[in-house]
Amino acid sequence: MEHYKMNLTLKVWRQKNSKTEGSFDNYSVKDISSEMSFLEMFDVLNEQLITEGKDPIAFDHDCREGICGACSMHINGEAHGPWSNNTTCQLHMRAFKDGDTIVVEPWRSTAFPVLKDLIVDRSAFDRIIQAGGYISVNTGNAVDANAIPIEKKKADDAFAAAACIGCGACVATCVNGSAMLFVSAKVSQLALLPQGDPERKTRVMNMVAQMDKEGFGNCTNTYACEAECPKGISVANIARLNREFLSASLTSEE
Amino acid sequence: MALDSKIPAGELNEKWADYKGHVKLVNPANKRKIEVIVVGTGLAGASAAASLGEMGYKVKSFCFQDSPRRAHSIAAQGGINAAKNYQNDGDSVFRLFYDTIKGGDYRAREANVHRLAEVSTAIIDQCVAQGVPFAREYGGLLSNRSFGGTQVQRTFYAAGQTGQQLLLGAYSALERQVALGNVTVYSRHEMLDVVMIDGKARGIIARDLISGELERHFGHAVLLCTGGYGNVFYLSTLAMGSNVTAAWKAHKKGAFFGNPCFTQIHPTCIPVSGDYQSKLTLMSESLRNDGRIWVPKKKDDNRKAVDIPEEERDYYLERRYPAFGNLVPRDVASRAAKERCDEGYGVGTTKLAVYLDFADAIKRYGKIEVGKQGRTDVPEAEIIALGKEVVKEKYGNLFDMYEKITGENPYEMPMRIYPAVHYTMGGLWVDYELQTTIKGLYALGEANFSDHGANRLGASALMQGLADGYFVIPYTIGNYLADEIATKAIPTDHPAFVETEKAVSDRINTLMGIKGKQTVESFHKRLGKIMWDKCGMARNEQGLKEAIAEIQALKKEFWSDVKIPGSINEMNPELDKAGRVADFIELGELMCKDALNRRESCGGHFREESQTEDGEAKRDDENYSYVAAWEYKAESEWELNKEALNFEVAKPTQRSYK
Repeated sequence: MEHYKMNLTLKVWRQKNSKTEGSFDNYSVKDISSEMSFLEMFDVLNEQLITEGKDPIAFDHDCREGICGACSMHINGEAHGPWSNNTTCQLHMRAFKDGDTIVVEPWRSTAFPVLKDLIVDRSAFDRIIQAGGYISVNTGNAVDANAIPIEKKKADDAFAAAACIGCGACVATCVNGSAMLFVSAKVSQLALLPQGDPERKTRVMNMVAQMDKEGFGNCTNTYACEAECPKGISVANIARLNREFLSASLTSEE
Repeated sequence: MALDSKIPAGELNEKWADYKGHVKLVNPANKRKIEVIVVGTGLAGASAAASLGEMGYKVKSFCFQDSPRRAHSIAAQGGINAAKNYQNDGDSVFRLFYDTIKGGDYRAREANVHRLAEVSTAIIDQCVAQGVPFAREYGGLLSNRSFGGTQVQRTFYAAGQTGQQLLLGAYSALERQVALGNVTVYSRHEMLDVVMIDGKARGIIARDLISGELERHFGHAVLLCTGGYGNVFYLSTLAMGSNVTAAWKAHKKGAFFGNPCFTQIHPTCIPVSGDYQSKLTLMSESLRNDGRIWVPKKKDDNRKAVDIPEEERDYYLERRYPAFGNLVPRDVASRAAKERCDEGYGVGTTKLAVYLDFADAIKRYGKIEVGKQGRTDVPEAEIIALGKEVVKEKYGNLFDMYEKITGENPYEMPMRIYPAVHYTMGGLWVDYELQTTIKGLYALGEANFSDHGANRLGASALMQGLADGYFVIPYTIGNYLADEIATKAIPTDHPAFVETEKAVSDRINTLMGIKGKQTVESFHKRLGKIMWDKCGMARNEQGLKEAIAEIQALKKEFWSDVKIPGSINEMNPELDKAGRVADFIELGELMCKDALNRRESCGGHFREESQTEDGEAKRDDENYSYVAAWEYKAESEWELNKEALNFEVAKPTQRSYK
């Protein structure tokens, strides 16, 4: 693989806090190596800004290996940038070429207010989990792990749904700002497993109610969420959520 | 101060049962009146906060991330050990205990490790009940794989995302307690000091990282579940935010620090590519099951790996350790890679890398596939194509990750790898109850020192984090809190809260007031380089002494020339980082001091002065069979306290992998 250097123009959303209006500012960075990660390019820019006495750009990031779900940049109109099945932190500069202009924005959604620059508040996701994204089993109540065999296919499907990292790219991508992919991934994981069965109906009803309360939009089946999901969570989970919800609504005893 | 490890009397395998049978209890009505602060929401913190909430305590849980789900336990790849013996291959609690003690090179406490092995099985049960989707066989039962340092298959896993799945299980349990009103979560909050009243930990000062405001929080007890301090090296496999601050503040308030120099350097990470590098990425230990590690036999060989013929390659692990080959423990594999690179045989542009090659495995698996199909005369290219499919199924996600980072296709050319800082076995000294030398202050998971000795075995970190949180602290904390039922919640206008908050505030003001020229990041990088060069994979007296002097000078420079932009009362990640780097600098000095004191080699701690004739680590049980518990006295001044390690069951032997 040939390595190269590039000069770039960055157009980045700047916003002091949640109470002020934001706007784009332009920056240029020089001699960026194609081997750098996208966030390392931001590190270079921030070091440059600090040295110049300016305020560095705030962005969420932590593990930098694509699993914690903290990083959340909308890059050139795409959540997490141009590579598919990828997080911002795993995007590398060889995706760009010398002279490019790159536009970077925070996640845009009414349910994810901007806190500063590229950082948004995603606590709505935690509250959705609080509404039912669990199996009610206190520590010490479990039977032997092999007491309940689980069909491999179901276990694998549950795992595929559980791979969600809670980054919010699905919401940021959706024209309606819907959180259906996120909610359906958790509902699916627990609906597929026998351990999740006792709370199956209340779980889906409560999680969907909380999702609506948080101000997320409706799903109109554009499938943009699946396309931008860094973990490839399938929209088949949304279909399962709809079935679970319908079945729970029809058989509700309340 | 005399250290009391509070190890219960009796036979090793009866200690924990006996302890549980006699430990003090707190009745449900009293639990409701008792508040517990839990700092950190990784496996240890989330499992502890959830379990204590379930028991009826009032819990406050803190994390610096935007959600408890993002704590760095999430990034653990390989698996979690448990002595289930589902594979009928002779595993038992005793074997897990013994492997862990031996793997730790006889520098861990027997009683704690035995308890860890005992509760390991209940962890798997609990996680499955929560809906953690572990890998399963076609019969629907759980699958296991093997890891380094053991001869049984006891590792449970969820593809290469075991840590993620276990953490999401604990996080779900935690959020359920939030919904039930038993736990309050304070995310984007950083603990900046412990509040001490009458010699006991009674709360913390935390900073809201959004508003920058300081907050006072009372607790009858405080649990630190704040992870490891590997980022003192700047480059590591840890998350960017992982830090020592909470543990360090506790240390300066009187909690002893145990074996600070015990660092695990993981052999298989993607190498550094340039000065801009911000972190390193692990390639799971499981790859060493099939990958062969080699360097060219000729120095400065610039040919492409595939152009170097078989007879000109040095498979140095297979050469040096024929019995274990590529599956020697982490500390041994790391040192061997460093040795080859130091001698000039390294590969890649920086020459600080060795090859991890799957070509043989691809061919081997391809031939097996052809055999299964009952075919002969299959062209080489087709065999290789079939083999690649098998390798993809086993390691696909890791190969993809490698390709994303390096831009190279590991199916076509060998991976380049190099050791990187991964875990710290050292941490706050705790007794059998996980209590530090401060009453009412506990340390769980990687934040304590107790279970892994001088080297941790693969898949044991997850086990320890969850053991401490789910099954140890819920019992041991009762022994302390039972005597606190009469203690009413202390109002946070108590002078101790006011004074501690003022000290924290003064320090932040001092930092902001320096207005120097050099960035926080530049200081962190310089500290990391000193630590890596002189307190890394190999250490010697001269280097450690130099490092201490260099760190002291760096500290002076930091406190007179650091440049922090922005202001205090706003979201200011540079200010957050500055506080953490200031603490890392102080910790770095203590690590070097500890490494200097321990004139033996053991596990990940390799003193060049203490090696066998063929360059292996040489332990000195006569003089160093103890835990070094450092007591903070004053700036750059510590007193060494020793906890003697008594091996009543697992008798120390020299480790050999030849």
